[in-house]
Amino acid sequence: MPKLKSLLDLEELRKGIIASKDPSKQCITICSGTGCHAYASEKVADTFASELEQQGLSEKIDLRRTGCHGFCERGPIVVIFPDEICYLSVKPDDVSEIVSETLVGKKIIERLLYVGDDGKPITHENDIPFYKHQIRLVFGDNRLINPQSIEDYIGLGGYEALGKVLFEMTPEDVIEVVKKANLRGRGGGGFPAGIKWETTRNAPGDAKYVIVNADEGDPGAYMDRSLLEGNPHSVLEGLMIGAYAIGANQGYIYVRQEYPLAVENVGVAIEQMREYGLLGEKILGTGFDFDVIVHRGAGAFVSGESSALMTAIEGRVGEPRPKYIRTAVSGIHGRPSNLNNVETWSNVPLIIKHGAKWFGGIGTEGSKGTKIFSLVGKVNNTGLVEVPMGMPLRDIIYNIGGGIRGDKKFKAVQTGGPSGGVIPESLLNLPVDFDELSKAGSMMGSGGMIVMDEDTCVVDVARYFLDFLADESCGKCIPCREGIQQMLVVLNRICEGTGREEDLDTLADLGDMMRDCALCALGQSAPNPVLSTIQYFKEEYEEHIQNHRCPAGVCKELINYYIDPEKCQACMICMRNCPVGAIDGGKNIVHVVIQEKCTKCGTCLEVCPPRFGAVSKLSGVEIPEAAAGGIKVR
Amino acid sequence: MEQQDLSKVDEIIDKYESNSESLIQILLDVQNEYRWLSRPILSQVCERLDIPMTHAYHIATFYKHFSLLPQGRHPISVCLGTACHVRGATRLLDRVVQAIGIEPGQTTPDEKFTLNTVNCLGCCALGPALVVDGEYRSNLNAKELADIVASAD
Amino acid sequence: MSTEEREKQNSSERQTRRAVSDRRVEGVTQPIAPAVEAARQVELTINGQAVEAWEGMTLLQAAQSVGISIPTLCHHKELSTYGACRLCSVEVIRGRRSRIVASCIYPVEDGIEVLTESEKVAKHRKIILELIQARWPWVDKELLEKYGAQPGRFEEKTDFCILCGLCVRYCTEVKKANCLGFVGRGAERQIVIYPERAIEMCPTCEGGNMGCRSVCPTGTMPNEFAHTGPRFGKKLPLAYPVKSYSEDNVREVLHTVGDWRMPWVRSQTMPGK
Ligand SMILES: Cc1cc2nc3c(=O)[nH]c(=O)nc-3n(C[C@H](O)[C@H](O)[C@H](O)COP(=O)(O)O)c2cc1C
Ligand code: SF4
Ligand code: SF4
Ligand code: FES
Ligand code: FES
Ligand code: FES
Repeated sequence: MPKLKSLLDLEELRKGIIASKDPSKQCITICSGTGCHAYASEKVADTFASELEQQGLSEKIDLRRTGCHGFCERGPIVVIFPDEICYLSVKPDDVSEIVSETLVGKKIIERLLYVGDDGKPITHENDIPFYKHQIRLVFGDNRLINPQSIEDYIGLGGYEALGKVLFEMTPEDVIEVVKKANLRGRGGGGFPAGIKWETTRNAPGDAKYVIVNADEGDPGAYMDRSLLEGNPHSVLEGLMIGAYAIGANQGYIYVRQEYPLAVENVGVAIEQMREYGLLGEKILGTGFDFDVIVHRGAGAFVSGESSALMTAIEGRVGEPRPKYIRTAVSGIHGRPSNLNNVETWSNVPLIIKHGAKWFGGIGTEGSKGTKIFSLVGKVNNTGLVEVPMGMPLRDIIYNIGGGIRGDKKFKAVQTGGPSGGVIPESLLNLPVDFDELSKAGSMMGSGGMIVMDEDTCVVDVARYFLDFLADESCGKCIPCREGIQQMLVVLNRICEGTGREEDLDTLADLGDMMRDCALCALGQSAPNPVLSTIQYFKEEYEEHIQNHRCPAGVCKELINYYIDPEKCQACMICMRNCPVGAIDGGKNIVHVVIQEKCTKCGTCLEVCPPRFGAVSKLSGVEIPEAAAGGIKVR
Repeated sequence: MEQQDLSKVDEIIDKYESNSESLIQILLDVQNEYRWLSRPILSQVCERLDIPMTHAYHIATFYKHFSLLPQGRHPISVCLGTACHVRGATRLLDRVVQAIGIEPGQTTPDEKFTLNTVNCLGCCALGPALVVDGEYRSNLNAKELADIVASAD
Repeated sequence: MSTEEREKQNSSERQTRRAVSDRRVEGVTQPIAPAVEAARQVELTINGQAVEAWEGMTLLQAAQSVGISIPTLCHHKELSTYGACRLCSVEVIRGRRSRIVASCIYPVEDGIEVLTESEKVAKHRKIILELIQARWPWVDKELLEKYGAQPGRFEEKTDFCILCGLCVRYCTEVKKANCLGFVGRGAERQIVIYPERAIEMCPTCEGGNMGCRSVCPTGTMPNEFAHTGPRFGKKLPLAYPVKSYSEDNVREVLHTVGDWRMPWVRSQTMPGK
């Protein structure tokens, strides 16, 4: 591969790539992201390859494995270009039919299409409601490129922004544009990237570092993975532009090792860049030298915190340190170090290409551009969605997410992960941006959006997050380590029905202290899930404490399964399915749950035929006494 | 216990040019190779990198990926992340526990399976999710789990 | 200015100078403070009192230089800073912004107003004391009373060790012996001793008295290793949790040192320095 020694070389290469691609040629793209992979998309792709081979079509039709499209739940996703016919949940068995019917016969296979609410099938990906309301600036190219091919990226205008920066802009110009665009960090705090870059640039020291934070510790969020996995070059290009602006020659990518495909694709991307001379010395013939090292994280949420992450890169335990001196001034080895999130970096080439004004035209006053959310939980359409900042929560959940699963009622949405909070139904019209979410007592975080229905107990949710944090905090400082453990003690007793009158005050006091006194942002934000659920669902806490009742029927100690003798048909299904033999009864004898034996696994409720609907969950009420010797079914 | 062959440890350390800054990367590669960090392995790493055991052991116990006990040939990790949690991850975990007969953190006596829980696998839209032998799987039922158990060697 | 006043000022200045050269970066053992002569003077107020300090000093040092005492637990001036107990939290006001910071690490800044006993500080300190009390039931009564702490408010789980990390820093930084370290994280974090190393190093440490024991504010650290470890057979464990030593050990230590209650009432001198 010839090294690119000038801007002209790059442009020639791009022209060559574009010329070699015939836009009218048929191309089958198969999503090979982790989600689709779990649904055997590799097998589908292999079957396509051999099917094309067999039919002698390999030359005529292209095959491309792409990154995640976002609608992982309906994977494997196959899109056929140039018509952009979108097939969902494709099985290897469907392949030969797709080849002969659609590719050769130009006919559409309806059964593989998305079916809209009105029962009508939808052919094109972009018409599916899940996609229709999105604006996919950052995430959109994922579906078009093979993440392991730098040529695919370059063919779509890749490294054009880098060229522009290196040849037409001074580092100060670049910082000015990023500041003007008001690009705010997508990894948590929403700190303006341009200002951080400037601080790092101006900090004394010759050696400086730029770092990609791909630790993505928020359980329930996976946009960073999909972006790094599906379009690694966009992140790397952003990183290089940042390095140029800041005056850094060394970059790091901190990626969790639980993401093997992301690690692999980033590795391949870096190799390809080296081959083309896009990394190394004198990049594109300029005086700019730059290289990147991949550092795998070994599994610790707290190591995603900036000072901890930098300590880990030095090979030490990834514990936070007090940041009274900012990492932009003193980071890795005490040198100025600029850390940004995956999504933040991949916004950079776009801003350079289209300008600050264009970027500023999207989003709200204080939050510009788009944000990718991981829309998961109890919604109909789960997946990754990219929307302009400021879109009301309701639109995201109902228009894109298709509303709540089953006939359930919406209860709350959790944003910001373990550092965030819940947002109740009354705030559904909230425009989603950094500031509005903070005002509502939650936060943007990295973009997790977990939708909860009426079957979710908010006390249990708070307990879930605290449990997570008790394990994931580094345990260094007392406010966080001891505070979380004591909060958990209180939450556990509330969930078990032994809560005390003063418990809510105790939680508030602890939370107050932790917010102010904990050493790092993990401990400072750890009370959020608790305090925000108390703020919006105080009655639910009080029900637990005063009436020993869990209104959502979740807290095991507060519920009982009960078989209504009037409704039971003695079908014996639940009896047979109960894993602990806790159901008494027999043929023609009404069944009864033996409460002492019941482990409250809920199997009986699940298996009782809906037409009988005899099993129910009781909470906070007396269980009616069963008749001795059993009752005969009427 | 039979003597462990530590030549791979040396190879890995050589690859990182005995740089103590690469300690976490080295331990990750060693863990992937040997499936656990035994005491002789840790001692060897410390000696070669000239670092105190206090340092290596803290790292080995701090990060979730490292294991100080032998692991089974087929690691199973069940996701208990938020997205999976609200969609019944605990019930999936119960099914797995029933299918292989061990609790999270344990290894079967025949060293076939090790069961662990993790906090997010990054395929939250498929939840509840688990990963077995590096393969990501979505909401397996009892029958599918039984098949996995039967087909593992 | 009277001679007395001048004397007082001089002595506080001497103290500050010493403090500056003592300054160490968190987690790093070498002092990095600029030469005292080069340091810039900084003016701030602490509890309403005007204080002159040098750039690079911490709020704690500045406060101590004028005789204002702030309770500390994980701090020792001879060791690297750590900033983990947060007992030394104070309120810092700049303009209309107020925030709580750990005074043992927060560097002095021009024009800030520091309150070491504000209402907020007192409220938080009370809870921190209650949390410590739940782990180590012998917290200084006077201090508990001063902040109105209510012992028993939180569930007790007596581990004795409160993870201040003084012993680890002492062993690593002063003795360079590496017998002690942290393991685990979060609620599972603890201090372990490495017997193989300890049996080699501890018997000669401070004349057989294990220097780390003199910095341990809770009396958790056993002295068993000074005389080889009787509880271990031939095969020494790789690491051994310090907290597994019995309550008797702690009580005995408390008994022998008599009035020793918490570190801020103890001498700040350190063996082996
Ligand atoms: C406990 C903790 C975990 C964090 N984890 C991540 C993470 O996984 N990914 C990330 O980008 N930022 C994470 N952050 C935020 C980072 O500290 C940092 O603010 C961010 O990476 C800066 O990039 P940005 O300005 O582009 O958002 C975490 C913060 C804390 C306190
Ligand atoms: S707040 Fe928590 S995670 Fe952060 S330093 Fe303290 S103990 Fe560690
Ligand atoms: S043993 Fe003592 S000195 Fe060491 S961390 Fe525990 S309380 Fe602190
Ligand atoms: S992995 Fe295929 S759509 Fe997400
Ligand atoms: S929460 Fe389970 S995969 Fe993310
Ligand atoms: S003395 Fe300052 S944090 Fe412990």
